[in-house]
Amino acid sequence: MTATTADARPPELRLPKRRGVELSLLIGAVLISVYGYAAVGLARNNAVPPDVAGYGAGLGLLALLAHLAVRFRAPYADPLLLPIAVLLNGLGLVLIYRLDLETPRDQAATTQLVWSTLGVAFFIAVVVLLRDHRVLQRYAYLSVAAALVLMIVPIFFPAVNGAKIWIRVGGLSFQPGEFAKILLAVFFAAYLAANHNALAYTGRKIWKLQFPTGRVLGPIVAIWLISVGVLVLERDLGTSLLFFGLFVILLYVATGRTGWIAVGLLLAAAGAFVVGSFEPHVHSRVEDWLDPFATINAGQGPSQLAQSLFAFAAGGMLGTGLGLGHSILIGFAAKSDFILATAGEELGLAGLTAIFLLYALLVARGYRAGLALRDLFGRLLAIGLASIMALQVFVIAGGVMGLIPLTGMAMPFLAQGGSSVVTNWIIIALLIRLSDVSRTPDPGRAGTGVAAQVTEEDER
Amino acid sequence: MIRYIRRAAAFCLLLLVALLANAARIQLFEADELNSNSANRRTTIDRYDQPRGNILVGDEPVTGSKNTGEQLAYERTYRHGPLYAPVTGYASQTYGTTLLENAEDDILSGTASILAPLPLWGDITRSRQPGGDVVTTIKDSMQRAAYEGLDGRRGAVAALDPATGRILALVSSPSYDPELLSGTGSSVTDAWARLNRSASQPMLNRAIRQTYPPGSAFKIVTAAAALDDRVVTDPDAATDTPSPYVLPGTSTTLPNEARGCAKASLAEAIRVSCNTVMAHLGVEVGLDGMLEAAGRFGFNDNDLKIPSRVARSNFDSDMSDDQLALSSIGQFDTTATPLQMAMVASAVANGGELRRPHLVDRTTDADGATVRQQGSDSYRQAMNPATAMQLQRMMVDVVESGTGTNAAIDGVTVGGKTGTAQHGIDNSGTPYAWFISWAQAPDSGRPAVAVAVVVEDASANRADISGGGNAAPIARAVMEAALQDGD
Repeated sequence: MTATTADARPPELRLPKRRGVELSLLIGAVLISVYGYAAVGLARNNAVPPDVAGYGAGLGLLALLAHLAVRFRAPYADPLLLPIAVLLNGLGLVLIYRLDLETPRDQAATTQLVWSTLGVAFFIAVVVLLRDHRVLQRYAYLSVAAALVLMIVPIFFPAVNGAKIWIRVGGLSFQPGEFAKILLAVFFAAYLAANHNALAYTGRKIWKLQFPTGRVLGPIVAIWLISVGVLVLERDLGTSLLFFGLFVILLYVATGRTGWIAVGLLLAAAGAFVVGSFEPHVHSRVEDWLDPFATINAGQGPSQLAQSLFAFAAGGMLGTGLGLGHSILIGFAAKSDFILATAGEELGLAGLTAIFLLYALLVARGYRAGLALRDLFGRLLAIGLASIMALQVFVIAGGVMGLIPLTGMAMPFLAQGGSSVVTNWIIIALLIRLSDVSRTPDPGRAGTGVAAQVTEEDER
Repeated sequence: MIRYIRRAAAFCLLLLVALLANAARIQLFEADELNSNSANRRTTIDRYDQPRGNILVGDEPVTGSKNTGEQLAYERTYRHGPLYAPVTGYASQTYGTTLLENAEDDILSGTASILAPLPLWGDITRSRQPGGDVVTTIKDSMQRAAYEGLDGRRGAVAALDPATGRILALVSSPSYDPELLSGTGSSVTDAWARLNRSASQPMLNRAIRQTYPPGSAFKIVTAAAALDDRVVTDPDAATDTPSPYVLPGTSTTLPNEARGCAKASLAEAIRVSCNTVMAHLGVEVGLDGMLEAAGRFGFNDNDLKIPSRVARSNFDSDMSDDQLALSSIGQFDTTATPLQMAMVASAVANGGELRRPHLVDRTTDADGATVRQQGSDSYRQAMNPATAMQLQRMMVDVVESGTGTNAAIDGVTVGGKTGTAQHGIDNSGTPYAWFISWAQAPDSGRPAVAVAVVVEDASANRADISGGGNAAPIARAVMEAALQDGD
């Protein structure tokens, strides 16, 4: 990129708005979801489900409302973000509906649809109300406080399936840790944007690695350690892994100091080893990852991970077809943590690859927005949010496919889990706003305030 | 900073590549291994996802399938469960398959590659065809005659067509209903436990999986050996066997149940069933000759399949002369399945040539088109044709004026041989009653049927047990059923 300042952008460089592209992609996303829904019915009962029109209309309406919000409030936003989110969410609903057929006494699709609606409502609210992302910078410390509270609160609630990550209010339960992802990303981005020079250019050199001063680094490391510690206490390993990765990526992007990465990895390895040795819950996960078939050889039947691998294997290249697999054999958590196994079995490697590429596109678009933004905070926030998406997908997909030890985590948009769906919709909304700002030709919007700006030095 | 962002993006790309590579590893390269893992229930679920093909007797299926809507959806049903259990076996979600259900499972469950329209493509797509049918050689009327004849008493019947080796009846009693084992759940496991606990062993297929001392019925084999080896050249000439006969090398004497056995001819010895003459002839033929003769009838064959495995009928290969003497009259370690003894009768009836016994006539695909036709082939030449002619005459004498008069059928040539086998320690057990026979319609050039019947009725008193008394009437009923349609 050449170093130009935003207000010197000539008018003929105006980027097209691309709202029409977004609308046609949205129609495609809704149609694919409806097709999947119909395919399940055809495979199972040789008839299109009676409420297929209702499903299509509902999903279409949500997509349309979201689209209108973007069209009027973020006209320059990236046209790919919203259609991908709608498609993934629609596909997730189809998969959950398909799994509901196997568990008549445990229906989840309707609840998921309500949460998805709520997620889109939040999306619209963020797009409409948040005109400038830099407002969030002011709330950096508030958001980190809120994040910590949200993470600590579940300790006082009973554990569900071995993890204390739930808050139950009346009939509803949600995972506050999910929302903490966004709040922490905001805090990290804001803090690193404000202190990025101090972090990058002060401090001492030890051997070949340069370390910043403790004064600057102290708060952020403390926050990070607290979050990870709390999550380990709550046994929410997936999220702690996610925060760790987010922290390291943002620190690296902000400072370019490889020393951090090395120290961070060492710390993480040591922490993981300690936790893995003392925490039986974690220890068993690692054992299971090393040998998914140990329980079979011991005559105790297949573990969940083994069942998950069986499901992927049964899919092969092209999959069994929607509604025709047996991923329900995974049992508990088939609709949440292991939803990808159903996709793998029924859509095959082809479908799974498509899903991964959709996520990859989301991440790439987030990074792209980050690269184009002229302010440091926005840049770090966009990269933070995109990295959250990437890490979420990797942690859970790698876990259910035996690539890394299994840690609990919801597949964004696909998995059953209200908090997760809402959180990811908010992430998409923020990326919409960030990409809108990054592409907008309006000189007044690009901002030349006191907030940290991208300097010439940063453009390399 | 751009540089670092690009590196972070490259890291995310690395994660994506790792996921894709891992997905390909599991779904393509390790898929076969995972699919065939014993703990993977998918194969089982797919297997029960469609109706199972049927086993037919004549044109009538004796099996069925019903959809229970459970995970292993289609369960096996049986029309006449206990009657055909020794033929069909069971096909259970819980306990697997046995007998024909087991031997022809790939046809019945639709996995046989021969059923696929394009066999190679079927292997690639791992497709499953609708289950094919298995048509048996059993004749319903004979099966019923045998089953009703045994009437719940412990025993078995095997009937063959001597000219082709087709198995026409295969009955084991008491029997059980295989449908009890179809499906899953406590009713199935309870039935399994109950059937296995039962003292009468209803799940034992006595016709092909149980061996009994054949007793005097084995004398046919000994006679064939003596005639083939020219130890006896004239069946009607007196032999030099005293009664009682002292077992060689011992002071043990062997008595006769029958009278007039001293120096009796071979024909007479068969007609009234003299132990002494036949034991002596066995010793004269010698161990090697007897072993070879028994082998030609199918004894000591570990690999006899119909297509289910048949238990090995035994004639010891290493004996002293006194043991050989006892073995030659179907005692000591000599044991035989009912099917084996039907084969003995069948070899005599068919002029010495023993046809290979088989239970499956043909297998078809779901539309009824034949995919495999089981031809008749020769198993062994059990004896010279001349010997067979002589033995036929002796066996006819048994039915006309000897121990087997209960098997006589008006206007039909029937040959038979009785047997009463001692067993248990010092022969304290209830003896088994045997009857082996064959029948030939007067206007027919070849025998229609060969039968072996064994009755092990522990409740009868000893005097009543004799092949002629208990087993012959059942054999007669089965032979009458065989002759009725005259095919």
